[in-house]
Amino acid sequence: MTYIGIILTYVFVSNLVLSQFLGLCPFIGVSKNTESAVGMGFAVTFVMSLATLITWALQHFVLVPLNIVFLQTVVFILVIASLVQLVEMVVRKYSPPLYQALGIYLPLITTNCGVLGIALISVNASYGPMESFLAGLSAGIGFLLALLMMSGIRERLDTEKVPRHLKGAPIAFISGGLMALAFMAFDKALLTNLIGG
Amino acid sequence: MKQSIFKGLLKENPIFVLALGLCPALAVSTTVNNALGMSAATFVVLLGSNIVISLLRRQIPDDIHIPAYIVVIASFVTLVDMSMQAWLPALSESLGIFIPLIVVNCIILGRAEAFASGNTVGASIIDAVAMGFGFAVGLTSIALVREVLGAGTITIVPETAVFTIPGLSEAPALVFAFPAGALIVVGFLQAFYRWLGEVTSK
Repeated sequence: MTYIGIILTYVFVSNLVLSQFLGLCPFIGVSKNTESAVGMGFAVTFVMSLATLITWALQHFVLVPLNIVFLQTVVFILVIASLVQLVEMVVRKYSPPLYQALGIYLPLITTNCGVLGIALISVNASYGPMESFLAGLSAGIGFLLALLMMSGIRERLDTEKVPRHLKGAPIAFISGGLMALAFMAFDKALLTNLIGG
Repeated sequence: MKQSIFKGLLKENPIFVLALGLCPALAVSTTVNNALGMSAATFVVLLGSNIVISLLRRQIPDDIHIPAYIVVIASFVTLVDMSMQAWLPALSESLGIFIPLIVVNCIILGRAEAFASGNTVGASIIDAVAMGFGFAVGLTSIALVREVLGAGTITIVPETAVFTIPGLSEAPALVFAFPAGALIVVGFLQAFYRWLGEVTSK
């Protein structure tokens, strides 16, 4: 697939949150206000781009030559966990307000299934290094986009009258569902029309 | 025992109340069969990791407990993944990437952190059973709603035990098979669980 095709695919057509169900926990958990949504989105984008690149290298230079592909899950998740630790230390040092805002959600990027998900997706699709990196980057941007729109919706929802039982997470899910409905317009056919197969 | 099952099922239902493990819950809930397979796989991993972590709770140093837990969990996931590929290839195919993704299912790490790390093996087993059961019930109820509305069928075992609902199967509301429908169903089911929790605790 062409580079532009990969970008369009992972930002819109196979948007991680809205069409692949990856990274839903932070999508609901951190989308209460725009500021932390943006912070979380950028943190995830950064981790995802690095993680897909590193896992690509590991897969092709370590796991396959040594014939230990069955250790894939264990190795990938450890790499991602250490990466997240690194990002956490950097953010804590250089941007204490952001660290305060993201709070408990930074360590949770480890269990953001989006990161491991996009790493596994790119390995399964046998992308090259550049394609893997782009897939990670655009998946992260797609996540940021979804999170940002969701936080906008939820800020408006705060001032609306919502039935008691639907308050908080349930209404967030329903609005997310409606957003996903809109994203169904971005499908494979549209992509083919835009970039020609 | 009875109390903790009730807790896992209703008061602390992992999917609807704690909002943990949502990604696999939504992604594989297109058919009841997938939901049952996913629940079983998650339960095995949850049980295994809860047992091992509660056995090792005094040995694992505090500073590196998260990576240590993740290694334990990932090993169990690899076991389940490989056994499924060997014995249930069709199910493994349809669950796809969501089997390795059990590693990052927050229920498992969450229970390891919140329960198994500070309790005895026996208590951890009961906790795993209760949470696994709650997850299975939540996942299956999402799948039931989605499959009935989205395809007009109930698939317990593919091709041998498929119930067709007359009327719906000819003209299903396809949107429920898509991500959008899944999110909407979860939203309403969550609200329903809240109401149920309020009613039963009175």
